[in-house]
Amino acid sequence: MKYLIAIIQPHRLDAVRDALNEIGIMGMTVSEVRGYGRQKGHTEVYRGAEYKVSYLPKVKIEVGLEDHRLDAAVGAITSSARSGKIGDGKIFVLDLVSAQRIRTGETDAEAL
Amino acid sequence: MIDTGNTAWVLTATALVLFMTLPGLGLFYAGLVQTKNVLSALMQCIAIACLASVLWFVLAYSLAFSGGSAWLGGLDRALLAGMTRASVWSTGSIPESVFFMFQMTFAIITPALIVGAYVERIKFAAVLLFSGLWLLVVYAPVAHWVWGGGWLAQMGVLDFAGGIVVHVTAGVSAIVIAWMLGARRGFPSEIKPPHAPWMVMVGASMLWVGWFGFNAGSALAAGADAGMAMLVTHLSAATASLTWMAIEWIRFRRPSLVGLVTGTIAGLATVTPASGYIGPIGGITLGLASGFVCYWGVVLVKRLIRVDDALDVLAVHGFGGALGTLLTALLAADFMTGIGLARSVGEQFWVQAVGVVSVAIWSALATFVLVKITQILVGLRVADEHELVGLDQSQHGESGYNP
Repeated sequence: MKYLIAIIQPHRLDAVRDALNEIGIMGMTVSEVRGYGRQKGHTEVYRGAEYKVSYLPKVKIEVGLEDHRLDAAVGAITSSARSGKIGDGKIFVLDLVSAQRIRTGETDAEAL
Repeated sequence: MIDTGNTAWVLTATALVLFMTLPGLGLFYAGLVQTKNVLSALMQCIAIACLASVLWFVLAYSLAFSGGSAWLGGLDRALLAGMTRASVWSTGSIPESVFFMFQMTFAIITPALIVGAYVERIKFAAVLLFSGLWLLVVYAPVAHWVWGGGWLAQMGVLDFAGGIVVHVTAGVSAIVIAWMLGARRGFPSEIKPPHAPWMVMVGASMLWVGWFGFNAGSALAAGADAGMAMLVTHLSAATASLTWMAIEWIRFRRPSLVGLVTGTIAGLATVTPASGYIGPIGGITLGLASGFVCYWGVVLVKRLIRVDDALDVLAVHGFGGALGTLLTALLAADFMTGIGLARSVGEQFWVQAVGVVSVAIWSALATFVLVKITQILVGLRVADEHELVGLDQSQHGESGYNP
């Protein structure tokens, strides 16, 4: 099993959700986060003065999935979240040790 | 003989002007600071309002408006001694209680304007001590000079609603206290942007509405002067807003909300001294002039003088008030749709300039001394650690936004 973490542009969230739903991934955890990568923040102008904004708003999506679905999921996210401009985000993949559905006690693949 | 129409209007105007500070100015300032200082900006405004009200009753009203010399009013009305329900203000048509309250709302907003200079780093005790002293040493005497029959009034200075008394005093004092207090950590390159620009717009809009009471109320009568004052006030505000917006649009390719509403306040401050004397052309002219002067004033103070007048009190209020006071000499002339003056434009301009410069000097000197006194008695600046944590937590033990 894999644990997939994707950091994306906030306004791409709905498109990513739809793309993941289409390949049968029906659950995810979403958080509003802030950060920067190569984009290194941006500047905003108030009353003629420039202000550095280092940490930009992003959305973090977390999904647990079976190994064989990983490539499809990564493909769905990259195709729906990519604008080609700097700041589109990143995808990280971790090995997932175990999973359990709290309500039923099902474990691992059945719990995903 | 009390005129019920006049009294009704000044009662209404009094409520409008209090609304400018509470919550208008509070929200205007609170939106411009960081999340961790939102409550402190609001707290400073409302605490100053309460303190100024009590001091106005105890002493300041008397120092401003009860006879005395050319330099300072007397003590006849300290604690409102001798004023009764039946007392009538000298215009003869409104009760003195109403005049006292109307003028009190001006005494509230003026020290509260200075909040914009020292937000995000000052001790709360210093705010209270400095504001109280400032009301007695700067505001009350200057109000007496200009409105209470003092030496500037005798010279014939024109300041209808407080370009000198409110905006020059607050603007000049703001830059002095900001300079003595020192800049916020990270100024100028690492300062954080306004935490809630929408709140700035809401506050500015309340100020705009309240300003009808400020300027049109200063006629102290419900008549033609009040009507024209409201009209020119609105035209100046709208024109200045568009001017500021256009400058930003050209310079940065995007018109910003914070910029537009800063222009609104600049236009309102600038028209304040002129509002009872000018006509529609004057209102538009002041709006245009204030948009340019105050915009470049902000850039000048931030970039060249490099004093952290955090929310631009000098540039918006000080420069605006001075500009309007000086231009009143020209725009009050009958050929500019004004009321027409007994003096020539040049002579009146000289009187206006004397008013602006002398009040600016007094404000700067007195503020310097009062800040020193404040520093000795209670200290000025919070500890570095407290500034980092934010004044909401360190000074007031509260958080603006609880999840």
